[in-house]
Amino acid sequence: MTQYIILRIIEKIEEVGQYFVFLGKVFKKSVARPIRWHLLINEIELLGVNSVPVILLAGLAIGMIFALQSVVLLQPFQAEIGTGAGVAVALAQELAPIITTLMLIAKNGSAMAAELGTMEVTEQIDALESMSIDPVHYLVVPRVCASILVFPILTMLANIVGSLGSYFISTQLYGIDSASYIHYMFDVLKVADITIGLIKSVVMGFMVSTISCFFGLHVTQGAKGVGEGATKAVVTSSVAILVADYILITIMRPIFFGR
Amino acid sequence: MILKIEKLYKAFGDKKVLSGVDLEIPEKSICSVVGQSGTGKSVLLKCILGMITPDSGKVWFKDVELTSLSHDALINIRKHFGYAFQNAALFDSMTVGENLEFPLREVLQLKSKTKIRKRVAEILDWIELPGIEHMHPSDLSGGMRKRVGVARALMLQPEVLFFDEPTTGLDPVLSETIMNLVLRVNKELGVTCLLITHDIPAAFRISDRIAFLHKGQIVADGTPKEVSLSEKDIVQEFLRISFNELKV
Repeated sequence: MTQYIILRIIEKIEEVGQYFVFLGKVFKKSVARPIRWHLLINEIELLGVNSVPVILLAGLAIGMIFALQSVVLLQPFQAEIGTGAGVAVALAQELAPIITTLMLIAKNGSAMAAELGTMEVTEQIDALESMSIDPVHYLVVPRVCASILVFPILTMLANIVGSLGSYFISTQLYGIDSASYIHYMFDVLKVADITIGLIKSVVMGFMVSTISCFFGLHVTQGAKGVGEGATKAVVTSSVAILVADYILITIMRPIFFGR
Repeated sequence: MILKIEKLYKAFGDKKVLSGVDLEIPEKSICSVVGQSGTGKSVLLKCILGMITPDSGKVWFKDVELTSLSHDALINIRKHFGYAFQNAALFDSMTVGENLEFPLREVLQLKSKTKIRKRVAEILDWIELPGIEHMHPSDLSGGMRKRVGVARALMLQPEVLFFDEPTTGLDPVLSETIMNLVLRVNKELGVTCLLITHDIPAAFRISDRIAFLHKGQIVADGTPKEVSLSEKDIVQEFLRISFNELKV
């Protein structure tokens, strides 16, 4: 049993090592020529444009739910006017980047891993290599660049619709004064709050795309392996972004707020 | 010699796959590496192309030692090679036309749509499958997929074309078609062909040289006649079974 656990730990350490080697290749190839703009635009469409409805729905729902909970919690203290500010800050710093990233992991991270995995087991990756095309340059770099561009835009979108949802619940359902709600929200919400969220989403976009592509390109054992690769991509990305979220907020809070 | 392989070794964990392979392939010839399944034929091919890094040994393409090249240099030199995969490895998200355009657009960076389409139509005519540009790989039969795979490998006008099990999974008529295509690639286009196959009768019919791979080593190498006269028991047994199967 102990030996099994030790072997599993060694396997995981090896996997982490391989991931960092893979990251090195991604960095190296991200500046290599030619730049394939058509692939980048295609990925932006797949990752960004096609994800807008999901992000709108998720952002709206999370804003409304959080507003509902906040109003109920703040009403006994007659502090419900702070709902908008609380929701906006929470959305900007934490909820929007996390919810957006989790949605994109489910929708695109798994798809990236499955698509690359299928290409791997059907020798399409080998076919690329045999034609002098580096698979990391051709398949991974456009996905990573598109993710870095798209994640913050979608996070911003989630911020906006979430705040609108919160505004609707607070003013229409609980009768909070609209002008006071907006005034207090903009009084409390700082540019730094939004900046923190956007920086996080860039880092998370990079992590999700590289983790998903890594597991996709390391698929073995046919269809079963493709399924396992997609599952690993989703689970690892989800856990990694939550850990990264904690580390990033610990680093960024003192920088932006001095505490 | 266009390709020369010296003392090539490769193991996966404890399993030795190649145990000192020596092989020379003359320019513009057809050479077949034959042997039982699981003897390392495909690994040998991928080691030659640098898609698998050998543990030791050298591979030469003309005067260039491939095994000493950096990853980027190796990727660049692969423009001289073509690879026809066992299952064709066509990009299933693209049409046949897009698959054939791919090397021209992405490797040669050609921009002229007219030139690209003309070249695609020409190659489809050449493999006797005209007008299938708009079909998807999933709509093609096994034989058609293999021929399109060969056509894609030819788009970069390689000097050496590698065939990985070109007749596996095909009926005898289609196998004949594919082997005739290999002959045409060699005779009409002057491309050196290296085949990996266990289709012994077909290999003996079209090859200038045969190399018999067994337990990771070349145990017989020469013209088809020389190999058929080999005194190695394993070679004789394999040939006897293969040709007897053909008679039955």
